[in-house]
Amino acid sequence: MTDRQLLLSVRDLHVTFPEERLTPVRGVSFDVRKGEVLALVGETGAGKSLTARAVLGMAPPTARLSGSVEFRGREILGASRAVYAGLWGRRLAFVPQDALSVLSPVHTVGDQLAAAVRSVSGTGRRAARDAAVAALEQVGIADAARRARAYPHEFSGGMRQRAVLAMAMINEPDLVVADEPTTALDPARQEQVLELLAELRESSGAAMLLVTHDLGVVAHHADRVLVLYAGRAVEAGPVADVLARPRAPYTAGLLASLPPDTPAVDRRLPAIGGAPPAPYELADLKGCAFAPRCPRADDHCRTEAPRPEPAADGHLVACHHWRELPAAPQQLFTEGTTL
Amino acid sequence: MNPVLSVRDLTVRYPGRSRRAAPVTAVDRVSFDVAEGETLALIGPSGSGKSSTGAAALMLRRPDGGEVHFDGRELTALDESAIRPLRPLLQPVFQDPYGSLSPRLRIRDAIAEPLRVQGRWDPKTGPDRVTHLLETVGLDPRLGDRLPHELSGGQCQRVGIARALVSEPRLLVLDEPVSALDPSVRAGVLNLLTGLQEGLGLAYLFICHDLAVVRHVAHRVAVMDGGRIVETLAATALYGRGEVHPRTRELLTSAFPRPRTTGAMR
Repeated sequence: MTDRQLLLSVRDLHVTFPEERLTPVRGVSFDVRKGEVLALVGETGAGKSLTARAVLGMAPPTARLSGSVEFRGREILGASRAVYAGLWGRRLAFVPQDALSVLSPVHTVGDQLAAAVRSVSGTGRRAARDAAVAALEQVGIADAARRARAYPHEFSGGMRQRAVLAMAMINEPDLVVADEPTTALDPARQEQVLELLAELRESSGAAMLLVTHDLGVVAHHADRVLVLYAGRAVEAGPVADVLARPRAPYTAGLLASLPPDTPAVDRRLPAIGGAPPAPYELADLKGCAFAPRCPRADDHCRTEAPRPEPAADGHLVACHHWRELPAAPQQLFTEGTTL
Repeated sequence: MNPVLSVRDLTVRYPGRSRRAAPVTAVDRVSFDVAEGETLALIGPSGSGKSSTGAAALMLRRPDGGEVHFDGRELTALDESAIRPLRPLLQPVFQDPYGSLSPRLRIRDAIAEPLRVQGRWDPKTGPDRVTHLLETVGLDPRLGDRLPHELSGGQCQRVGIARALVSEPRLLVLDEPVSALDPSVRAGVLNLLTGLQEGLGLAYLFICHDLAVVRHVAHRVAVMDGGRIVETLAATALYGRGEVHPRTRELLTSAFPRPRTTGAMR
């Protein structure tokens, strides 16, 4: 505990499903400091959700975990359910993609919030009830005292997600793990909910691990970003730095393929060829998982996986060729656009 | 230019929740044209009537009011047997790349199926045509012998496009064709659609909630709200701060929020 700012420290995390011979998370390391937002970004199968679940102690029962997850200076990977039960809610909170997966259909929203309060403190029923109503008010639910008596199915999708935010934040956790918290919502509501989450987090000082596939969300709501591809980190660093000057070809290709913010004559976009590897292809993979899609790949890339190395202040890159890439590596993808 | 598709006062109603409840008007007197080689995008919040408009324009669901003209013929005045020979010319592409393919049909057979159903399958030339189409959509023809679950989402969406193209359509109704795809394969599928349009002069009715994509690939944009088109404008009007309908501005503000942090991208 030399760095008192450090809240969560994950080292060489592997998640394996021995029966299926799958290793979807293959050695992921990162830190989260107090009050900061780290985005885990990646596409289907990149391992971002499983990484988040492993941190939370909510990995599927058939998963085998290895590596280290230190939370508040204490190893928690593989800890007993009793240990996690002491953390969930009060220290470590979870915001899922689908609100209905954490709200009970047979209890009112207010009762569930009150129960959350009472689970961590000796608050009386009345006070817990008041705290529940106040929490609903804080997330912008009008007529909160009446709505607290409603069941989750009587809420709209957006209101349910607000109730889940209230539930996650009600005991002022140190770390919120949000797994695609707005993906299930209408695009017009997504930004509102993210904005609300940011306000709640800032007023309580909680840190956040934000799982997303959306680089726009990363740009607006995270301090640092970890880019995952096929179960490994390809790049990590401060958001502004990584987005303005990506150094890994995968990150560069992703950014290059976004539609520009000014009108273009040519409607074709720079595109990454091919597709991410299927989970079963990772087991026997040698070398860099992005090599089959990378314009810069050579034999070295195909035989030996690159390890993350520092490229700039706080900026890590896992690519054998990051030093030789053009200043704007997006250029790698403007040629050879696949049809 | 003559429109390929011309829709006038299109109205779609669904029955209310109970027998006594009034019917819900999902699409309310909507009018628009789509020309050869043109992309008209439909945008709007969930439930604004975009997909219902698309389905009614394809005559997948007979509209409750209004007219659909395709290539100068009024489809809404024809009975089903008269529409059937025209159906190959109007083709849908759906959001879910796996869900729109039969899990038990090999890719080649999935692409050939529309021709078989239409009674236009020629066993001599057909297989070559399927091979050619797989190449056209950027797939290795050897993938034709696979089943859908053996393909990635992006590959399946290319198969869905090939299957729509086999009938030699003039209009594609694309309902969220890239929103289920991974970010790294989205641009490739969008480029494919652009290339096909430029090469074949296809008209696209393009339903999409991603405004960054819409303003880049569409020529014109119709903004829907509560079943109505509140505004039709050039796609370039979605860049910048020019005067647009308040509903359009709302959509733009939520799609392109002002940065909170210093992280400015794009």
